[in-house]
Amino acid sequence: MNDMGTKIRKLGQLSGTSEEVFRPGSVLLATIRRELLLAFRRRSDLVNPLIFFLMVATLFPLGISPEPSVLTLLAPGVVWVAALLATLLSMDSLFRSDFDDGSLEQILLSPQPLFMVVLGKVVAHWIMTGLPLTLMAPLLGIMLFLPAEGMGGLMLSLLLGTPTLSLIGAIGAALTVGLRKGGVLISLLVLPLYIPVLIFGTAAVEASVTGLPVTGHLALLGALLALGFSLAPLAIAAALRISVSG
Amino acid sequence: MSNKNWMPRWFYQLASPRWCYQITGKLMPGFILAAVLLILAGVAWGLAFAPADYQQGNSFRIIYLHVPSAFLAQSIYMTMAIAGAIGLIWKMKVADMVAKSCAPIGASMAILALVTGAIWGKPTWGAWWVWDARLTSMLILLFLYFGVMALNSAIENESTAAQATAVLAIVGLVNIPIIKYSVDWWNTLHQPATFKLTEKPAMPVEMWLPLLIMVLGFYCFFAVALMLRLRNEIIQRERRAGWVRELLIEK
Amino acid sequence: MFFESFGEFLAMGGHGLYVWLSYGFGLFVLILNILLPLQARKRLLIQQARRLRREEARS
Repeated sequence: MNDMGTKIRKLGQLSGTSEEVFRPGSVLLATIRRELLLAFRRRSDLVNPLIFFLMVATLFPLGISPEPSVLTLLAPGVVWVAALLATLLSMDSLFRSDFDDGSLEQILLSPQPLFMVVLGKVVAHWIMTGLPLTLMAPLLGIMLFLPAEGMGGLMLSLLLGTPTLSLIGAIGAALTVGLRKGGVLISLLVLPLYIPVLIFGTAAVEASVTGLPVTGHLALLGALLALGFSLAPLAIAAALRISVSG
Repeated sequence: MSNKNWMPRWFYQLASPRWCYQITGKLMPGFILAAVLLILAGVAWGLAFAPADYQQGNSFRIIYLHVPSAFLAQSIYMTMAIAGAIGLIWKMKVADMVAKSCAPIGASMAILALVTGAIWGKPTWGAWWVWDARLTSMLILLFLYFGVMALNSAIENESTAAQATAVLAIVGLVNIPIIKYSVDWWNTLHQPATFKLTEKPAMPVEMWLPLLIMVLGFYCFFAVALMLRLRNEIIQRERRAGWVRELLIEK
Repeated sequence: MFFESFGEFLAMGGHGLYVWLSYGFGLFVLILNILLPLQARKRLLIQQARRLRREEARS
């Protein structure tokens, strides 16, 4: 019940009055604060993707071989694929609870720019999944015998890559929010779009393992992020309007 | 008023499913004839008359299927996304129907390109599948088609499905160049200077002319397949309209 | 004509299996793309005509 109360109160802050001047920045911050508060009320949802991340990484030595020489080769790809799948797993719930209790409709009707609200939701999602995944990655790196030189590249590439994953995944989540069986469908829609991020991310880790400069790869990941930041919220907003009205 | 009529007249006529049904009925015989003639000529020329490749021998004749189908798979995705965008912006029902009809044809062309690429790979590389940049991009394109088709069939409401699919197709279209670039780059990173299937320095005329004919024939074939599906879609969605009733009674 | 005899044409210089497999599959895909919509059209027309008759009988 407490949960619901916060939800409504925060929504009130979001909608505001029409005489108020448009302040996109404050809309963004209010949305992020609302999402974070809601997330900390349900901590188990926060931890689940992280446990999943850890479990996937455990499966590879069991499935292939515990040999350090083999795992060293596989480590960049395995950590990145695991991070990608963990992000994907958490995507389905991004708009789900707001859609179920009708607050999504209120958000769409509010006079605030939807672009900013959507961006706020995605940023909050990243703070709750992408950021912890990035912080946890060195642990997986150690489990998979990633050389110490690669750790910096791994964390930097994840730091730049996971926000893009959240942005693209949110498009899929917005398109499937009205459907009962959205879970599998989301991965079908989103996985092909994740491929460039995966390619540049693992390449950055591999480059840093071999001692090559990583700035080029990181710049490409940054370019993808900039592109996603400016375009993805438009697609997410359009998709939400379609899903909710239909 | 003046600033509203900046689109040509036929653009608005296209919006009428009835007009569209009639015009496709008139255009179809011509396209069928062109497709049959061009494809027959291209196949005959490519299989029997074109010289063999000096490196790959006769297996190179698969190019006359592989390249046109790969071209078509990409163009159809573009057509689908543009039709979807028109449907989103002008709320044009026919554009939605075109977009929906494109997906299965495009997916079949991507599969054809992949299968011919794999078969061609066996004598050329000695393996049925090689992670070649072109084949990998085509595989991802096929996944994009699958996503579009899955989303379209998952949403019950026809117009919501069309709009959602259009958004996904446009997102995919923006991503295709990025995917293509990243896969090319990944490929050069992992297997430098492999032997490319279709990248040839200066093909002689006897080789590329039949290829050009095949590409044109495949485009005509796409027009026919699209019209067939589009006409079904029109009847299905306009089943309550008076003219469809008359059409059904005539039959 | 590039080939000397029909047998040579079929053999494709040892690559016959690959060439004919590709062209066979190509033919299959093209025919499927025509046949499926035609079949769907037939089904659709029958189905809609039946619906029309049903509605007329009711009114």
